[in-house]
Amino acid sequence: MSEKEVKNLEEIFEARIARDEKIEPKDWMPEKYRQTHIRQISQHAHSEIVGMLPEGNWITRAPSLRRKAALLAKVQDEAGHGLYLYSACETLGISRNELYDQLHSGKAKYSSIFNYPTITWADIGAIGWLVDGAAIINQVPLCNTSFGPYARAMVRVCKEESFHQRQGYEIMLTLCNGTPEQKAMAQDALNRWWWPSLMMFGPTDAESVHTAQSMKWKLKRKTNDELRQQFIDQTVPQADILGISIPDPDLKFNKETGHYDFGAIDWDEFWQVVKGHGPCNKERMNARVSAWENGEWVRDAAMAYAEKQSKKKVAQAS
Amino acid sequence: MENQALYKYILGIADNSLILGQRLGELCGHGPSLETDIALTNISLDLIGQTRSYYQYAAKFLGENKTEDDVAFLRLENEYLNVLLVEQPNTHFGYVMARQYLFDVFHLMLMEELQHSKDITLAAIARKGIKEVSYHKRFSGDWIKRLGDGTEESHAKMQEAINDLWRFTEELFQMTEDDRLVTGEGVGIDISKFKEAYYDEVTALLREATLTIPESKFFISGGKEGRHSEHMGYLLADLQYMQRTYPNMSW
Repeated sequence: MSEKEVKNLEEIFEARIARDEKIEPKDWMPEKYRQTHIRQISQHAHSEIVGMLPEGNWITRAPSLRRKAALLAKVQDEAGHGLYLYSACETLGISRNELYDQLHSGKAKYSSIFNYPTITWADIGAIGWLVDGAAIINQVPLCNTSFGPYARAMVRVCKEESFHQRQGYEIMLTLCNGTPEQKAMAQDALNRWWWPSLMMFGPTDAESVHTAQSMKWKLKRKTNDELRQQFIDQTVPQADILGISIPDPDLKFNKETGHYDFGAIDWDEFWQVVKGHGPCNKERMNARVSAWENGEWVRDAAMAYAEKQSKKKVAQAS
Repeated sequence: MENQALYKYILGIADNSLILGQRLGELCGHGPSLETDIALTNISLDLIGQTRSYYQYAAKFLGENKTEDDVAFLRLENEYLNVLLVEQPNTHFGYVMARQYLFDVFHLMLMEELQHSKDITLAAIARKGIKEVSYHKRFSGDWIKRLGDGTEESHAKMQEAINDLWRFTEELFQMTEDDRLVTGEGVGIDISKFKEAYYDEVTALLREATLTIPESKFFISGGKEGRHSEHMGYLLADLQYMQRTYPNMSW
């Protein structure tokens, strides 16, 4: 294809996105669009899978049967999200094994928040309330993103996430209406999860490298800082209802802007965790890699068995 | 307690679901593939769901203000009446599937009879459980075949698991005194009569999976009387952790 022809295709492509048309896997797309989407969708899928670990940590110790069942269902939902996000990603011409390799080798990233430990039951509430809450704010705009399979996957993901968030908040509410020990547990969880949750929206707009292109392709509708502000404005009143305090002495409502002003985020911590040196990066990666390596003989057996079965069928037919 | 025998009979069934569900819950996020991970979590979820129905019923025998969680979390180890099979650890995926299948075949037979119990609550729980347990058995049976007749390595691992877990199968058919009492009333099920059909079915599937049927005639039991394996204390330490550490709180 000549340069001119490519340019022509690109123009048609950009015009389709501008008209809010969906791009489907078999449509022509610029290589950069494909690569950006593989990066973002797989990162999202990996986050779901790694995200199963900190919450899975409490399945065996959930405090009641109702909570145990709800947590099992929630972690199972996350596995399901991972599954259809990987599938959406595979439509872009990359295999699931390649995607896993990227995760296991550290080449692909996942949401840094899952590198923090879940040390009390209240962390399960805080993750639902804050982490899923932040995820929803990040993800709702993606229901209208330009790449069809991703947009459709996100519709379902968002519905389930919003259920998880209510569940998480309800755990917090129960703790805050409980004994002093339970309320202290809730406060402690908020103290530890608040700042990492704010970091989930990514670097400030000034530092963010992908924003402009992502806006154009509708992978983003609002900037990191706008989304972060939205999260804070939404969450502060919820903490007030719980009767626990957000660990930020600079947090206060600004009547002029109509938003909450907040203190400085520790970006050194953010980058430390992103670069692999958070409290649980090694544990999370080890857990994923071990599951994959320990499961190899099982996957091999399934392949070998399927081959034997199809040979048998062929033999019977002839 | 007014009906101690029926209470213990319910536990004898429900504790199997709780303890196996707990064991499967340990695997969440660590399965050999995303699909098996989802399936195992799903089975765990079914079993915990069944457990809740049984315990909600059982809690009524304990008196007012008692709930499913009192039954689930606040008993001593020797008051749990599950069979030894279900508390065995997740040594590897072969063990997980062997434990599952050896239990599922029995579990389905039990549900199919229990749905005709004179006790309408137990009958209703069983009726609801049949569909779930049929799926569990299909899933575990399919994996026994895949692993048994897959690669050399998987065959060896599957055989190892079957050999090790076989000794726990006979306990499934043992009846306690309470079981006999409740069965005499038309509420419980005479599980001893399943034994032949069970071994026929399991044997046929293991053969299809190219596995050897263990010849050992030595079996181990005790779980149904509250005498458990060394694994049980650790399992309960996790299960009961919150309720024991923070007593008398709502969650």
